[in-house]
Amino acid sequence: MLIWDLFKMALRSLVTHKLRTFLTALGIIIGVASVISMISIGEGARRQTLSTISKFGTNIITVKPGQQKSRHVTTGKVDTLTLDDADFIEENISLITGVAAQVYRSAQLKFENKNTNTTVRGTGASYARLANFEMDRGRYFNKEEIRSAKRICVLGSTVLKNLFEGRNPLGKTIKVDGKNFLVIGTTVPKGALSWFDPDDQIFIPVTTAQKRVFGMDHVQSIDVQADQIDDLEIIKEDISRILRQKHNIAEGKEDDFYVQNSSQWLNSWGDAAKTFTYLLGGIAAISLMVGGIGIMNIMLVSVTERTREIGIRKAIGAKKKEILQQFLIESVLISFLGGGIGILLGIGISRIVSDLGDWETVVSTQSILLAFGFSVAIGVFFGFYPANKAANLNPIEALRYE
Amino acid sequence: MIEVENLSKIYQMGGQQVAALAGVDFKIEKGEFVAIMGPSGSGKSTLMNLIGCLDLPSSGTYRLEGLDIQDLKPNQLAEVRNRRIGFVFQSFNLLPRATALENTELPLLYGRVPKSTEIALQALERVGLAHRAKHKPTELSGGERQRVAIARALVNSPAIILADEPTGNLDSATGKEIMDLFQELNEEAVTLILVTHEQEVAQQARRIMQMKDGKIIADTSNGAGSC
Ligand SMILES: Nc1ncnc2c1ncn2[C@@H]1O[C@H](COP(=O)(O)OP(=O)(O)O)[C@@H](O)[C@H]1O
Ligand SMILES: [Mg+2]
Repeated sequence: MLIWDLFKMALRSLVTHKLRTFLTALGIIIGVASVISMISIGEGARRQTLSTISKFGTNIITVKPGQQKSRHVTTGKVDTLTLDDADFIEENISLITGVAAQVYRSAQLKFENKNTNTTVRGTGASYARLANFEMDRGRYFNKEEIRSAKRICVLGSTVLKNLFEGRNPLGKTIKVDGKNFLVIGTTVPKGALSWFDPDDQIFIPVTTAQKRVFGMDHVQSIDVQADQIDDLEIIKEDISRILRQKHNIAEGKEDDFYVQNSSQWLNSWGDAAKTFTYLLGGIAAISLMVGGIGIMNIMLVSVTERTREIGIRKAIGAKKKEILQQFLIESVLISFLGGGIGILLGIGISRIVSDLGDWETVVSTQSILLAFGFSVAIGVFFGFYPANKAANLNPIEALRYE
Repeated sequence: MIEVENLSKIYQMGGQQVAALAGVDFKIEKGEFVAIMGPSGSGKSTLMNLIGCLDLPSSGTYRLEGLDIQDLKPNQLAEVRNRRIGFVFQSFNLLPRATALENTELPLLYGRVPKSTEIALQALERVGLAHRAKHKPTELSGGERQRVAIARALVNSPAIILADEPTGNLDSATGKEIMDLFQELNEEAVTLILVTHEQEVAQQARRIMQMKDGKIIADTSNGAGSC
């Protein structure tokens, strides 16, 4: 018997029992649809998180004063870091491409009759580059302007909107806590995140912020950019070592600063999202298994029902292998059909989720192939036992079966 | 063509042994028409199953066209059934979802015979059912169904056609039509072995074997059947 004839027979038997075929395939349909949509949702979440986080700049190591007790709690003195430390790091650490010290505080801005309350961030010259801010108009301040503590500022796009309503602010003077600042540039919007808006701030030279606005000598954080992401750990160790020396911290005493990096955060987020994806995929895979058991169940019923047919086929010369193939083709066809419909349904579900939920979903070719391969494998795996049972029937007993 | 020596079949029934066939010997030549008679449980079907290569004997030898059947593997038995044997059953045993033509064609498909549809159509013609080729068994009368079964049995030009009570489910008029068809086939040199309860059916054969308790108690040639 040629495979094609067996295929036609299997197809005929499935078409004869349309409803049963559909119900049997339903388990696979649901399983595959959930694998596809779950993975697409999980993968979408992962990508969205990563792209959000990378807006803050990757490769960045942040040095902060005090001691970190957990991710969000710090203790100890807050004035242990200075601009000197930033310069010292820049001069003594290799493998880095920039250092930017920062101080920040919220302040009242005023232009003509408009007021706004925003974050004033005093930074070094390389901050814009380190934090991935691009210039929209004008320029960022340079080292010379920092040294002379010029009263100049760069506006974030939200501030620009609030104070100037889109008009050109270059050359205009705004008041920051009552002091005059000349606007020399604006940044390209990054887009607000759920918990804060990176465009709702202005940037001024760190020295100006210390001496003329906030009245402080220390800095609140020092950002260090690594050339290669692989060097982050070495650089962190180097920074700790030289700062301990510079701060004269005796052996065995705790640091009066701490070093963290954004990619740590990024990695743990990425890992969490990946775990989430696997979890969803795993749950979906279980439903695929249940679908497979459904196929096995129905195929066993089908074999029993068709015992006499099997006897007839054997009597006229069907070999064991040919009976096995016939039933195996049937179960694989069911799972193939279920897989196909399930993929379409899964893509549909993830579309709906991304449209209604405003949530990015990514249907990858990989997940389609995975789900499809999985469902066909399930057809073979769960179809084998019933098919084998059919193939091993004794022809005489099968012919006598009522 | 068929040589059977001391053939026996013993079934295990809950620790008890039942000799369904208790050592039979006979030869059947090509072109013969043999009727097997005997009371229920005398081993007729068991013998037919062995001759039809559906089962292997517990002991003894069975040679079909020089081939020692008792030594064959399951796949080889399947091939012998496919090429050399045609079965006609009491209850027709057609595939209900397949048409008459498809039922007839099936042995050719398993035998990978080319031009199977044409050959199957010829077989249907030979039993006078070419006009019913596209009908399913449920759309056919009992006599027509048995004709399809006969067409299927002879489609592979087998060495023997085995019929186990082929008229048992038919009324006597239809039964006679089927027997006439068997007569015609036998005149075209098809070897026939037929199990029956009915004396008038057996009378159409040229040779009658009587069975009892798994043994052949009489084996007589029948003058009436040989015309
Ligand atoms: N599969 C089997 N298992 C056990 N006993 C069987 C089996 N098949 C047939 N027999 C027994 O063998 C004997 C002969 O059966 P069978 O050949 O069917 O007789 P007949 O066809 O002449 O009525 C009976 O006693 C029957 O019960
Ligand atoms: Mg019987």
